[in-house]
Parts: sequence; structure tokens; C-alpha cells
Amino acid sequence: MISKASSNASCNLPGFHFKMLIDLNRQRLKYYLDLIIVLTKKEIKVRYKNSMLGYAWSIANPLLYALIFYFVFKIIMRFQIKDYSLFLISGLFPWQWVNNSIMGSAVSFIGNVSLIKKVRFPRLFLPLSQVLNDAFHFLASIPVIIIFLLFYDKYPSITWLYGIPLLIIPTFLVVYGFSLAVSSVNLFFRDLQYLIALLLTILFYLTPIFYTVKFVPEKYRYLIYINPFTPLITNWRSLFMRNIFNWDKYLLSLAYGLFVFIIGYLIYNKLKDRFAEMI
Amino acid sequence: MSEPVIIVDHVSKFFSLHYASGIKELLFHLPTYIKEAKRKRFFALNDISFKIEKGESFGIIGPNGAGKSTILGLIAGVLKPNSGKVTTKGRIAPLLELGAGFHPELTGRENIILNAIILGMTKNEAQSKMDRIIDFSELKDFIDQPIRTYSSGMIARLGFSVAVHVEPEILLIDEILAVGDTKFQEKCINKMMSFKKMGVTIIFVTHSRDQIEKICERVIVIEKSRIQKIEKIGKKI
Repeated sequence: MISKASSNASCNLPGFHFKMLIDLNRQRLKYYLDLIIVLTKKEIKVRYKNSMLGYAWSIANPLLYALIFYFVFKIIMRFQIKDYSLFLISGLFPWQWVNNSIMGSAVSFIGNVSLIKKVRFPRLFLPLSQVLNDAFHFLASIPVIIIFLLFYDKYPSITWLYGIPLLIIPTFLVVYGFSLAVSSVNLFFRDLQYLIALLLTILFYLTPIFYTVKFVPEKYRYLIYINPFTPLITNWRSLFMRNIFNWDKYLLSLAYGLFVFIIGYLIYNKLKDRFAEMI
Repeated sequence: MSEPVIIVDHVSKFFSLHYASGIKELLFHLPTYIKEAKRKRFFALNDISFKIEKGESFGIIGPNGAGKSTILGLIAGVLKPNSGKVTTKGRIAPLLELGAGFHPELTGRENIILNAIILGMTKNEAQSKMDRIIDFSELKDFIDQPIRTYSSGMIARLGFSVAVHVEPEILLIDEILAVGDTKFQEKCINKMMSFKKMGVTIIFVTHSRDQIEKICERVIVIEKSRIQKIEKIGKKI
């Protein structure tokens, strides 16, 4: 009994300090969370306030692309892909998230010059708010996919309930990794902004969005598979179209996601101390 | 004597000029590019040392490009010195320039939350201080309008109101008081006086001698990246 009490007492002091540390971290964590929420809300609000058709616009863009590809590849080129319009939008909607976030993050830092020059706060939350904003829009566009499904006499299944949250993770990691790298490097080489638009176009065509992997000749397939977006987009599509969640692809995309995120973070981390002098 | 809250110890800072010129330059002229970048170093601060004590009002004065704002950047922690060390103690709030961190499409109220949190408040803190911030800014009728409809004086008032309600221990002011009408400027100066009474350390950068003399006890004169002199200002207040 006594020994227990004494051991308790001896633990008390460091235990107390440890608790203080946890409290301090919790406070900090709470603050970071507030900051992320406020910045993201701002992005979302601004997007809706700017135009009355905010939501419609963010849906219209991928739908228009779908229409063009449908016309070119289904009607002119006679692609043999079943339910082609559904096939297109279930790849184009997630791609919209990827594309908008990476493009948008190019100006995450450059667009906030005076904050970066004067205030010390975790700058990596600026591109983060951009990525979360687009993630929100992607989720908000899922009902449109459901409408298309119903049109083809298909229905979402219970798989979606875990498939969507699980797939969000690697998508977020890849996108945020790229965004961190692009937003940071763009401060040092402003040309990157234009290069990125080009690069994203190339990536778009190298990702099986309007074609399937099977179309690709065997000897070029590696090109499609070294693209971190391939397992992601194809998995999103099989989930939306056929209610199938592919674990092999998932683990591959998760590995890509972690890899890209770590590289992006390292680039940000290396450059972040010189942000204020570059602007 | 109270303890120093800011110690600037043999700090030098230089900037490489022409860094952000583009990939074309970099790719086609790589060797000259690196040589140029090294040669074109520009010393913003050259071996600067001073200490600021708790509760002191400290002025930094000097011509354009002398390195005043660089000192503020170093104290705020957004710049890293190339040599030497800057140590600070306590919550730092910078007064931002006109409309920095604000978004024109958001209302005054939404911008207060945004700005307050970026400056270090939690959301609860910001919301509980909301009324006081709005009061101080004198923008009652406009506070729910998007701030793109505000005049520049109104935006300045809003910015100042948020910054002073962060309850900083160290307040950084960079040529801010030039905006707003005389009445509001008076109010700002009064607010700073009351900060001084509460023991807030104030660092004030300007090239207007008048304002420095109104507020500060000590002032350093920076010229050509070095401290020319440190003056004590007579008890005028």
C-alpha cells in the first residue's frame, strides 16, 4: 500500500508536467483546427458569393468536358465503352478536385503576400484550405453522379459508405502533396504557374479518364501506371459505376499518396523560411 | 530594470536580388545565374544589436530602404537572420497594412473572425471580443456589408481594431498611423498609450519624427543597414 502511494507520488511531478504539455498541445491543436476551418470556410464562401450560380458552375465545367468527350469519342470515334457518359463523369468529377486544387494552390502564397510578410502562422494551411475547399465541392457534386446512375438504372450501394471516405484519404494526400510543392516553388519561379497548367493537361491525358487501361498498348502501360492518379481515378470510377472497391488499387494509391505528400511537404519545409523574402 | 523581451544579437540579413526571375534565366544561364545571385547580395542589415525591455515603446526611424521593415520581419519571425540571433518572449501581433488578410467579398464581421484567428486568437476568443472590436472600429452600420464597399479609412479602422484586441504582449507597427482620419488616429494613439500602461511592448517603425516623439521612449536611427545611433527621448509624455 505504502509503496504504491510513494510510487504514485514520485510519478506525480513528471506526470503533472506531462499533463501540462498535453494541455498546451491541445490548445494549440484547437487553434490550428480553428484556423483551418476559418480559412476553408472563407474559400467556400467566396466561391459562392462571387456568383449566384456558384454550385452550378462547379458542376458545369466537368459536365461540359463530359459532353465534349462523349461527342468526340462515342459519336465520332465510336469507342466501345458501356454507359460512356456515366464512365466519363465518374472520372471527371474526382479529376476536377485534383486539377482545381493544384492550379489554385499556385497562388496560395503569392496571393497572400502581406500576411506572409508580416504574420507568423503555419503557412501550409493556406494551400490546405484550397484543397479542402475543392474536396468539399467534389463531395457536393456526388448527387449529380447519382442522378446519372439512376438514369442508367443503377443504384449506389453500401460500399460507398466506406469506399468514399477511404478513397478521400489518398486523393487528399496526392493533391495536398502537389499543392504544397507547387505553391512553395511558385514563389521562387513564377513561371511554374504556367508550366503547371501544361503539366496538368499532360497528366490528364495520361490518366485513364476518358479511356480504359485496356485500350493502352501493353508496352506503354507502365506510363499509365507510374502516374499516381491512375489507381485513384480508376478506383473512384469502379466505386461509382459498379459499386466495387478495389483494395489492390487502393493500397497502391495510398502508397503514391504518402510518397507525393512527403515529397511535397519536404519541399515546402525546405523553402518556407525564405517565403517572406521572396515576395 | 525589467527583463528584455526582445534581444537582437549581432544580426545580419542579406537578400539575394533577382531571384524570382523565372525558369528561362535559370535554365539557359545557370553558371552566370549563380554567380550573379551571389554578387547581387544586398545587405539589409549589417551586424545589428539591441535589446528592448518589457513595456518599452521603441521607435525605429530611418530613410526608405534602410532596413527598418526587415527588423520588424525578423522580430515577427517571418524572416530568418543570416547570422546572429533574435530572441523574443510573448505573443506578438503585427499591425497589418491596409486590408491585409481581409477578403473584399466577405463582410466586416466575417473578416474580423478571419483576421483575428490568423493573428492568433481562437474562434471562441474572437467571437467573445466581437462586440468590442466592432465598437472600437465605429463601423456599426456597415459591419455586415462586404468590405469591398468600405472606404480605405474604414478598412484601416477595422484592421487596427482587430489587431489591438489580440491583446498582444508585443505590438509591431509599421507606418500604419498614416491612414484613417485625425479623430481615429487620435484614438489609435490613445489606445497605444493605454497599452503602454498595461505593459505592452510597442515597436514602431516610421519616418515621421512627430509620431515617434509622441509615443516612444527610445528610438534607434537606422541608416545604410547599420544602427547610426540610439536616442532617449525626453519625458514629453
